[in-house]
Amino acid sequence: MRLDRRQFIKQSAISSALATAGALFPGISFGDWSRLAQNNSVISWQKSPCRFCGTGCGVLVGVSDGRAVAVKGDPNCSVNKGLCCMKGYHSVQALYGKDRLTKALIRRDGAMVEVPIQEALDLVAQKLQETRDAYGKDSVAMYGSGQWTIPDGYVASKLFKGCLGTNNVEANARLCMSSAVTGFMTSFGLDEPMGCYEDIDHANVFITWGNNMAEMHPVLFSRMLAQRKRRTNVKIIDFATRYSRTSQAADKSIIFRPQTDLAVANAICYEIIKNDWVNWNFVNEHVSFHKGKTNIGYGTEDHFAFTDKAESIDFEDFKTFLEDYTPEKVEKISGVPARDIKYMAALYGDPSVKVTSFWCMGMNQHTRGTWINNLVYNIHLLVGKISMPGNSPFSLTGQPSACGTVREVGTLTHKLPHGVVMNEHDREMAAQIWEVPVENIDPKPSYHTVEMFRALDRGDIKFIWIQVTNPMVTMPNLKRYRDGALKEDRFVVVSDVYPTPTTDIADVILPAAMWVEQEGMYGNSERRTQHFTQIVDPPGEAMSDTWQIIEVARRLGFEKQFSWDQSDYIEKIWEEYRRFHAGPKHEMAPYSVLAERSGVQWPFVDGKETRWRYNPRYDPACSNGKDFDFYGKKDNRAWIWARPYEPAAEFPDSEYNFWLNTGRVIEHWHTGSMTRRVPVLHNAVPSSYVEIHPEDAAELGVVNGEKVKIISRRGEITMPAQINGRGVPVRGMVFVPFFDESYLINEVTLDAFCPISKQPDYKKCAVRLEKA
Amino acid sequence: MPIFSYLAMPREGAREALCTDLSSLEYCQIIPAENKDVVVLITDTPDEDRERSLQEKLKKLASLQSLSLAFGYDEQN
Repeated sequence: MRLDRRQFIKQSAISSALATAGALFPGISFGDWSRLAQNNSVISWQKSPCRFCGTGCGVLVGVSDGRAVAVKGDPNCSVNKGLCCMKGYHSVQALYGKDRLTKALIRRDGAMVEVPIQEALDLVAQKLQETRDAYGKDSVAMYGSGQWTIPDGYVASKLFKGCLGTNNVEANARLCMSSAVTGFMTSFGLDEPMGCYEDIDHANVFITWGNNMAEMHPVLFSRMLAQRKRRTNVKIIDFATRYSRTSQAADKSIIFRPQTDLAVANAICYEIIKNDWVNWNFVNEHVSFHKGKTNIGYGTEDHFAFTDKAESIDFEDFKTFLEDYTPEKVEKISGVPARDIKYMAALYGDPSVKVTSFWCMGMNQHTRGTWINNLVYNIHLLVGKISMPGNSPFSLTGQPSACGTVREVGTLTHKLPHGVVMNEHDREMAAQIWEVPVENIDPKPSYHTVEMFRALDRGDIKFIWIQVTNPMVTMPNLKRYRDGALKEDRFVVVSDVYPTPTTDIADVILPAAMWVEQEGMYGNSERRTQHFTQIVDPPGEAMSDTWQIIEVARRLGFEKQFSWDQSDYIEKIWEEYRRFHAGPKHEMAPYSVLAERSGVQWPFVDGKETRWRYNPRYDPACSNGKDFDFYGKKDNRAWIWARPYEPAAEFPDSEYNFWLNTGRVIEHWHTGSMTRRVPVLHNAVPSSYVEIHPEDAAELGVVNGEKVKIISRRGEITMPAQINGRGVPVRGMVFVPFFDESYLINEVTLDAFCPISKQPDYKKCAVRLEKA
Repeated sequence: MPIFSYLAMPREGAREALCTDLSSLEYCQIIPAENKDVVVLITDTPDEDRERSLQEKLKKLASLQSLSLAFGYDEQN
């Protein structure tokens, strides 16, 4: 039966009301309605994770006449319990933009011409082979995404690392999550959070570290607000560099100068020790102290290399190190009043209060991103508030499968699905599962993302295949990398669903299946793997990214390694991949379980999910007989690091006197290539803007909507001003959302990165403003 | 041709009366919650005049304590 437009709108009205009721009245039931909705044969509903952010909300996609027509929150998914945000509710409309890519295109005599997709895949394989033969194995590269499905990333890694012998595999999660990874690895020896979203139901205090959750993780933020409404002892503290919607909803907003979160975190530790709020039983039993190198650079030059070196210290050394970070001294650095630093320390230090810290890009896109991750863990470890319900340092992810595909599958240059390329045992395991000679897997990492695009510019890489991401909008210091990609003898393949500035530079464009047009899995922020089946057909010749890679692999002679049948290849890939994680520390659920449930958390052992790691009451991998077991490190302890405050790579001076901060808005997903094609979302925020403090705007002589030129040492851009909008930066700072390809703010940003994680800092560079 | 959905709260003890009242109004569809005193109301009127008229009738319902708008759509917008 067809569903007409009016019926569709009415269904949306009903879904919105039911979701609102679910948010306001937990446990509310509309039993008659759900029976009616399931059986009225107008719409059939199938589960999926949401396409957009890393929260991993479960949605039910309504299909009528072969078309996805509606979305409602999945009440069986513990992540969102039936609630969605505005992007989620409108997500299926992103499938049906008018300019959807449905045919393959190749560049002939400077113009893009349509060809059958099989012909385009022939060309991709031929160019890859020719480039490799002429320039060596490391002249070809794959650049993927935290929006890749797990099978997408797995086959990419298998082809490039296992078969082609190059570690030139990276993903855009390098730009959003790698500081979280190195933070986890250096503090705990294993990646990904110890806690889960259920921490929200137990915590009394939430501290958001540079994390505008109200817009970026709205469903989780709603859960926090609901807890505050339901319980009398819940507080939200927003610790940020800009006044946002999260600040508005928080009980207290504390603003710090960019980069000085390092100093404030150390000052909180100073206060905890000074007031003897240290949980000595926990610290003596489960923590060891360390320091690393300092003055570690910013990576702005080509071929930048850095390796940290850990040295053991003791508690007294750590205490002495913190003497530079009294609240009064740090007030001068950070602008945060000493009383506010003491207030936050007292919250962390109060043994009767459960504290969950949330962070995402503010801490990760940071030239000392690894360090600030370490420092927040330091706070939780000193007071023993970790790995227990409600006591949780919680690193959120930005993309739906940054964890599942990039961190767990290991689609970064140094990683393998289990372990790292540098480790002989890990290489042997990969070679055995992949059925390739172990010599194929190069023990040396090659290029991280920024260096990969520098290599493309230099000509060290000649062929690059980009899937499910839009680097010609997102790379910092963008002009260099676009010019590099356009050089004469570079060959760029782009798989995507819509035309973007990245398809503009392509020599081959492959039309990709999107989200529920294919089967796949994502992995969210809380170690939850979420399966979705193919619900609707992809348009035209669009093909899943996984199958595109398989097609090319077979053309290159790797039929044995990529022998799967199209009817069940996702199941077969999953079961092969799962072998890498066998064992209680990371066991993944079998395909049959994933297919049934709205997500399953790993480690999945003996049919049980693990909600809190390192705690033997919940984690079957704990084996030391104690109340916690931090089994990721060889000393079976979590590591506290002495990490100093060091300034940003670039900061305002007399010539470039403003900070530039960039980020997102709730309506748009990343570069807007999908959400800008959803009319409701596009109309809500049709174009980007620069947020300016009202007093700075007055000094500049600019009123709302007037054009402002933003100039940095790398480029300039002119865009409309927004004054007293949804976000208000402090004086001396401007903020620009990056979703709008008409205003490429990354022409202005700086490609400095954390030397340990290699993640760029999109939150801090120096600019000056002119009225345009 | 506006379509709206609301959460309708009954006055104390008037849940059944509210369901009856709302069901009797033209252009209204209801979905009562099973376990809470909340009723989802969906209105689907053919034009603005009849929408205004319906709004007036809703305001006069003795069984209705409050209406909270959850979704709104109007063809003209």
